[in-house]
Amino acid sequence: MIPAAFDYKRAGSAEEALSLLGEYGDDAKLLAGGHSLIPLMKYRLASPAVLIDIGKVSDLSYVNDAGDHLAIGALTRHRDIEINELIGSQMPLLAAATRNVGDPQVRHRGTIGGAVAHGDPASDIPAAMLALRATMVIAGPSGEREVAADDFFSGFLETDLGDTEMLKEIRIAKVPDATYSFQKFNRRAQDWAIVGAAILVNNGSSGVGLVNMDSKPIRAAAVEAALNSGANAADAAAQAAEGVEPPADLNATVDYRQHLARVLTRRGLEEAGR
Amino acid sequence: MQVSINVNGSSQAHDVEARTLLVHYLRESCGLTGTNVGCDSSSCGACTIHLNGEAVKSCTVFAAQADGDEVTTIEGLADGDTLHPMQQAFHECHALQCGYCTPGMVMAAVSLLDEEPNADEATVREGLEGNLCRCTGYHNIVKAVLSQSGGGQ
Ligand SMILES: Cc1cc2nc3c(=O)[nH]c(=O)nc-3n(C[C@H](O)[C@H](O)[C@H](O)COP(=O)(O)OP(=O)(O)OC[C@H]3O[C@@H](n4cnc5c(N)ncnc54)[C@H](O)[C@@H]3O)c2cc1C
Ligand code: FES
Ligand code: FES
Repeated sequence: MIPAAFDYKRAGSAEEALSLLGEYGDDAKLLAGGHSLIPLMKYRLASPAVLIDIGKVSDLSYVNDAGDHLAIGALTRHRDIEINELIGSQMPLLAAATRNVGDPQVRHRGTIGGAVAHGDPASDIPAAMLALRATMVIAGPSGEREVAADDFFSGFLETDLGDTEMLKEIRIAKVPDATYSFQKFNRRAQDWAIVGAAILVNNGSSGVGLVNMDSKPIRAAAVEAALNSGANAADAAAQAAEGVEPPADLNATVDYRQHLARVLTRRGLEEAGR
Repeated sequence: MQVSINVNGSSQAHDVEARTLLVHYLRESCGLTGTNVGCDSSSCGACTIHLNGEAVKSCTVFAAQADGDEVTTIEGLADGDTLHPMQQAFHECHALQCGYCTPGMVMAAVSLLDEEPNADEATVREGLEGNLCRCTGYHNIVKAVLSQSGGGQ
């Protein structure tokens, strides 16, 4: 399968990427790891006229200790997140979610920024972003702005990112004392989740993000509220399908997804010691 | 566009369309047909090569993205007539039947042990989850990889 023809531009820096985006606007797409965009282009579900390759902007690949939070560069590859010691000690939920992405080859190429910017409700990473209350740092022609994960994911493969903006950094508050679990139900190794749950149990501020349970990445707000008011695992997990609208597809009906969300949330809460 | 890649230690420069996938660059421009195309959709791992030392699926990378990089294909593993230890292990453990998945499987296995030199059986099975084999049932593949792992004896 060969994608439609396009013009290839390589950006050497974030500034260069932004100026190319300014030049080509919505004819252009940023290319990070390419592991969501290239498959779409091969199936001809996307055919951008211009690709701006940011894959080699290496100064956007980092995990920095920034006091109360970690700052993660958008171009940090999944593999580098998976084995990063700061992430392992300060927010192991993100490492666990990342280990569930595809297979080693996919994790060598795909980036956290690409997974977030793609806004796929079936992806594991946005669920972890929601559970961890991540903040997205977006750069555009008129400077930088910050958006909470809750406001960032706006629809199916839609985010708050504008045509001339790029995701630069992700900031996540450290939660070294929280317990966590990442639950993913699929049928074959390496597959995407039929349903998944990213669970962070933290005194008074628990977070639960769901995979593939709505048209956009979404939090299980009812479960969080129950947890924060002291409910046990079974009672909190019973709320997992409240207020969300899961899709039906070849893999699962709506009812089955609702059932999976409750079961996986309960398992996750139990694993997290709730 | 002009794409220059160091493939198996030799510099290659070819004029290709921007949409050329790395696997086609390797097979058609460089004439290295050891890397196979299976699913053509990032699932089977037949096209696995090393890009700057790490296993990646070359059907899901544009050649242009690898401009200036180093690639190793299955042809680059052996030292003259001496097989790479992982190739030798596949040979000895009968880890192939039709051989279609083998180049990708070997490249994935070498990358896995670079990262996890003491991989145990579970780590090997999980580490090869991106590679499908329709013949062997995996048993002998896992055996071959474990024979090269510090954690496999
Ligand atoms: C076989 C396979 C299996 C997979 N399995 C899983 C899985 O189980 N779970 C999972 O979560 N994911 C899975 N993925 C997807 C993987 O996580 C991708 O790496 C990720 O979704 C996209 O990251 P990328 O860097 O490859 O982005 P790209 O494909 O390069 O980009 C994706 C989109 O985001 C935009 N974009 C990228 N970077 C930025 C930026 N910095 N700012 C603004 N926009 C940007 C691009 O323009 C594009 O629209 C799988 C992929 C494959 C090929
Ligand atoms: S041909 Fe590339 S993964 Fe199957
Ligand atoms: S040996 Fe035939 S596909 Fe693996």
